[in-house]
Amino acid sequence: MQIGLISLLDGLVYGMLLFMLASGLTLILSMMGVLNFAHASIYMLGAYFAYQISHWIGFWPALLVAPLLCAALGAAIEVWGLRRVHHNGHIAELLFTFGLVFIIGRAVQMAWGMLPMPYRVPASLDFPLFSIYGENFPAYRGFMLVVSAGMLLTTWLLLKKTRIGLIIQAALTHPGMVSALGHDVPRVFTTVFAGGSLLAGLAGVIAGNYFTTESGMADAMGPIVFVVVIFGGLGSLAGCFIASILMGMVQTFSVVMDWSFADLLRPLGITLSGDDLLGEILTISISRIGPLVPYVLLIVILLFRPRGLLGTRET
Amino acid sequence: MSDAALRALPSRRPLALAIRLWPWLAALAVSVALPWLFYDFAHGRHSGFMLSMLSQTGMMVIFALSFNMLMGQAGLLSFCHSVLFGLAGYSTVHFLDAAGAGSLPVPMELMPLLAGLSGLGFGIVFGYMATKQRSTAFAMITLGIVQLVTTAATMFHHFFGGEGGVKTDREIGISLFGFEYGQSIQVYYLIVAWMMISAAGMYFHTMTPLGRMANACRDNHERAQFVGYDPRIVRFLQFAVSGFYAGVGGGLFAITYEIVTFDAVAAPLAANALLMAYIGGATTFFGPVLGAILITVLQSGVSLMSNSWLVYVGVLFIAMVTFAPTGLTGIILEHAPLARAGLLRRLVVPYLRVLPAGGLVLVGFVGLVELLSFLTIGMAQGKQLSLFGRAVDIFSIVPWLVSLACLLGGGLWLARESGRFKRVWDGLMEQARR
Repeated sequence: MQIGLISLLDGLVYGMLLFMLASGLTLILSMMGVLNFAHASIYMLGAYFAYQISHWIGFWPALLVAPLLCAALGAAIEVWGLRRVHHNGHIAELLFTFGLVFIIGRAVQMAWGMLPMPYRVPASLDFPLFSIYGENFPAYRGFMLVVSAGMLLTTWLLLKKTRIGLIIQAALTHPGMVSALGHDVPRVFTTVFAGGSLLAGLAGVIAGNYFTTESGMADAMGPIVFVVVIFGGLGSLAGCFIASILMGMVQTFSVVMDWSFADLLRPLGITLSGDDLLGEILTISISRIGPLVPYVLLIVILLFRPRGLLGTRET
Repeated sequence: MSDAALRALPSRRPLALAIRLWPWLAALAVSVALPWLFYDFAHGRHSGFMLSMLSQTGMMVIFALSFNMLMGQAGLLSFCHSVLFGLAGYSTVHFLDAAGAGSLPVPMELMPLLAGLSGLGFGIVFGYMATKQRSTAFAMITLGIVQLVTTAATMFHHFFGGEGGVKTDREIGISLFGFEYGQSIQVYYLIVAWMMISAAGMYFHTMTPLGRMANACRDNHERAQFVGYDPRIVRFLQFAVSGFYAGVGGGLFAITYEIVTFDAVAAPLAANALLMAYIGGATTFFGPVLGAILITVLQSGVSLMSNSWLVYVGVLFIAMVTFAPTGLTGIILEHAPLARAGLLRRLVVPYLRVLPAGGLVLVGFVGLVELLSFLTIGMAQGKQLSLFGRAVDIFSIVPWLVSLACLLGGGLWLARESGRFKRVWDGLMEQARR
């Protein structure tokens, strides 16, 4: 039970973090059709910027400045990069961001070196918030939850209550129609790209000291965010949210489960030894195959519901 | 039947056939002769580095061509092509083990065929999942598949051997021609033979109804549907067939290195195929061949000299996407109208004028990247930086200023010259059209 409660909260923290990344990606993908590979790289840059700024002037300014830097970078990529290759089609845009991944990944190593950064939780947040059954829940995790919930609320208000949000929502499902109605769709694209980069940067700022800030963090986060986006379905932020929380829960809970499928079969009178590949899959504990679960879930949902959980349209 | 298909029908006259097949025969002759150019006559042995690079190039040609069956021919951007390659490699290791133990009487020369068939099998399994969607969603599913298989490969010890991979011994003692395959040169010729067979197979595939329908679904999948074809089936079949050829490549990989690890299924290899196909030119059949040769040679050469290889790849890639989306072969083919009009030699001088400016930009850029990366990475490893054959002191301001000046000055010069070049080019094109 105590494992359950703490894991539930941890899963929620991780899920909200995933949603911060995935919401930007889903908006960019649904509106512009660009599969932005560099999204996780911008998340990584956010963490590195935050480390550098908090090293100079402290964590709280970094919380504000680093995401803004990421947003500026996102806008620059859209205006000077993607817009130029736009006429060559979606594949060219995707490949452009793909090239950026190489460059950003290496540039980070060139600027900060190969070793993990000593980016730490600020002292003002480094205390246990409360404890359940003798296990502490750090205040920083609570802070992450607050930041991501605040971000969620702000994004929701922006999308639902403002005029630009209305246009973004319309462009999400009917981009052609929106431009036919005379809206400046390229400017909306730039806004969304910058906004998505801002969210990714913010996620990097608050996750960089929770996990570790190192040059492999983009590669570690990238695939799982893609899984979330396709699992949730294109054109649906709600689906993206459900998928993020689900993946956060799955990843957190699978770590604490030390039983295997073979244990389930034992009461039925079937005993297995791990002598072949199938036996090994069945006898390995869930906590060890945890990293596989999101991808298995992805393939399962694609087999039964190719549009994703709440997807409104195909590709 | 179209012109290309008619022309491809076998001719009765052997000489005419040889003339029409000259690119293939030339490629075969060059591949057979190349190792002997680097033969060390003093010691009576082959250059190990060249031979392994050539072998690697051979497999990558197959791999890039099979990747382009999806990207160029069917418009499907697959990131799990390495899965088909690597899983066939793993299978081949087990086939070789079985053959060595005497329980699988298959000669070495046919092992790649067996690998191809296992690639076909994996292509059917993963193709069934991935081809449910097309375009961007297809790319994302393939991303999921590559992560799934890579994670599984590091996790399970049966079949995959966990993190360490699986090893084998290629001297199985069964051969159609009595070779031992102990020497790398014998393996290289096996690779060349299978490279020619696979390339020919894939070339003929482009003329089959399936290959044509793959083109149709790429260009306008709704219209293909109206004509009465199911684009999903077309995608699925195309994926499976390309899995066969990727499997041949993977089998050759296992035979050459005698070890297969999770690197052979992982995403970076698939990204490499993408780079090769795109930089070489995905719109032509032979583009990926050019790309595979270029990337493999650069990779072997540059990664020996510099550890910033990925920056150069990234920049080259972005430059290609932005300025030359049809790849190198695309650039070459754009000269065709000028060549027909006999105006090609009037481009020589403009080209010669652009060249030094471009070279200066390149020198400046490489210099800056190397200086920067040495500052954070190389110095920690206690090395001495040398640029363009000279030892460089990175704490003196001179190399930084020189690099920066080269980059900026060269950039301005290049911008001016390329503007001039474009005017000349447009003028010549106008002339050629008349």
